[in-house]
Amino acid sequence: MLIRRVPDPGWSDVTPNAQYVRRREFIRAAAVPLVAGVAGCLGLASDAEAQGGLAKLAFKRSALSATDESLTPYGDVTTYNNFFEFGTDKDSPSRFASSLRPRPWTVTIDGAVKKGGQFAIDDLIKPYQLEERVYRLRCVEGWSMVIPWIGIPLGDIVRKAEPTPQARFVEFITLNDPEQMPGVRRRSLDWPYVEGLRLDEALHPLAILAVGLYGEVLPNQNGAPLRLVVPWKYGFKSIKSIVRIRLVEKQPVGSWERSQPSEYGFYSNVNPEVDHPRWTQARERRIGEFFKRKTLMFNGYADQVGSLYTGLDLRKNY
Amino acid sequence: MRLLKSLAFAAALAPAGYLAYGVFAHTLGANPVDAITDGTGTWTLRFLALTLLITPLRKWTGWNALIRYRRMLGLFAFFYGTLHFLTYLVLDQFFSLDDIVADIVKRPFITAGFTAFVLMIPLAITSTAGWIRRLGGKRWNLLHKLVYVSAAAGVVHYWWLVKSDISRPARYGAIVAILLAARVWFAYNARYGVPSRASAAASRRVADASATIDRL
Repeated sequence: MLIRRVPDPGWSDVTPNAQYVRRREFIRAAAVPLVAGVAGCLGLASDAEAQGGLAKLAFKRSALSATDESLTPYGDVTTYNNFFEFGTDKDSPSRFASSLRPRPWTVTIDGAVKKGGQFAIDDLIKPYQLEERVYRLRCVEGWSMVIPWIGIPLGDIVRKAEPTPQARFVEFITLNDPEQMPGVRRRSLDWPYVEGLRLDEALHPLAILAVGLYGEVLPNQNGAPLRLVVPWKYGFKSIKSIVRIRLVEKQPVGSWERSQPSEYGFYSNVNPEVDHPRWTQARERRIGEFFKRKTLMFNGYADQVGSLYTGLDLRKNY
Repeated sequence: MRLLKSLAFAAALAPAGYLAYGVFAHTLGANPVDAITDGTGTWTLRFLALTLLITPLRKWTGWNALIRYRRMLGLFAFFYGTLHFLTYLVLDQFFSLDDIVADIVKRPFITAGFTAFVLMIPLAITSTAGWIRRLGGKRWNLLHKLVYVSAAAGVVHYWWLVKSDISRPARYGAIVAILLAARVWFAYNARYGVPSRASAAASRRVADASATIDRL
């Protein structure tokens, strides 16, 4: 008789995956009082307390989350930002974005749609169940993060507006108010910030409109109150603080594409094989890690989004 | 004088100390490697500019004792440049020689930066009194004109790497341009200008000083 020995389950077999991927947070949370205590004794300041203290959001977890990645700490996600409307240094947005007023906030949906209009941000989002999406974010500059966004599928909003047959692209526009955004007084880019997607990209289930991160409302520096997150494209495509969503017939020209068309293309899909004219895109530095890691095709979302680009020359359509 | 020089030495080390402290105290932000690359790079440019400032300042003020600081400032430029290069070598490329060679050949901003760094090496080596003697003041001075190329290449390196906001490299570019233009002005005056009494006295002192250096 053959007796097969079933191996004893390890901790990883009995730990729910959602908790498993947050294991570092758990350790960090456990370490906070300890570190704070020790630091307190030594008279050192502690920055381990990471949460923003913003309004909590109710959400469900999504099966579309990246499950095998450890999250970038909240403190890093909210202090290392490119949001030129508040200045060009990485810490400018966290220093100066307090002047942004994310409420009241109106989003205009117009262009080639049957049911456009102006919507108060809360009315726009209310009908939907918020989801948490843990996504990799890869900046065109060569660094990356893993962020637990809270949001809704962009496709839901687009479909609800009922695009007409003329609608082939979606254009997004950021607020342009020098009073709230000190950075737009300087022409570091052509304001307002504009980005665009092909309609089928916008309808892809991975593309979301985010209203929060780490279970809380978006901090201003991360694009409050409403921003795009397209995880398979370079970060600058994920436009922040959106005031207008327009369905259009012609391919929109994004702000970075306008500023330097040879370096930033309409697609801007993460692609380790197509370098930025001035630097390589083959590798990236994950924030919190010391050495660089390999960049993945479509930022690791090739299985989900690859079919959007069959037959497209990605070298030409960078 | 000795004390002043020690103080200047300590001050010149402070940025490196600040970065080293930041690594351990986690005060360099979310991307410390970037902060180190940035910090060591800008301090290289600053020390290059300070080195280039000595001669014009000396000529304009007649304060010849300044010359004693030039070698130290130049060597600190090399020190920060070396740290900058090592950051790239280890933390960016992790000694991957193929990638580094490809970078230097393919990426103009790396080509410029690498040029700026490599040109500093012979200057650092020949910065000693022994080398000045061996080369002779004239040849030594000629060789050390390479610092102009190095500083210019450093500015170009900075200019080519920023994404859109060129205000900072432009600032360094303006400073280096003024410092280099001052040399053209001095050379022009030396050839065609009628030296004023003050500048004649100054150039006499300069001649004395260089003679002193030659004797060192």
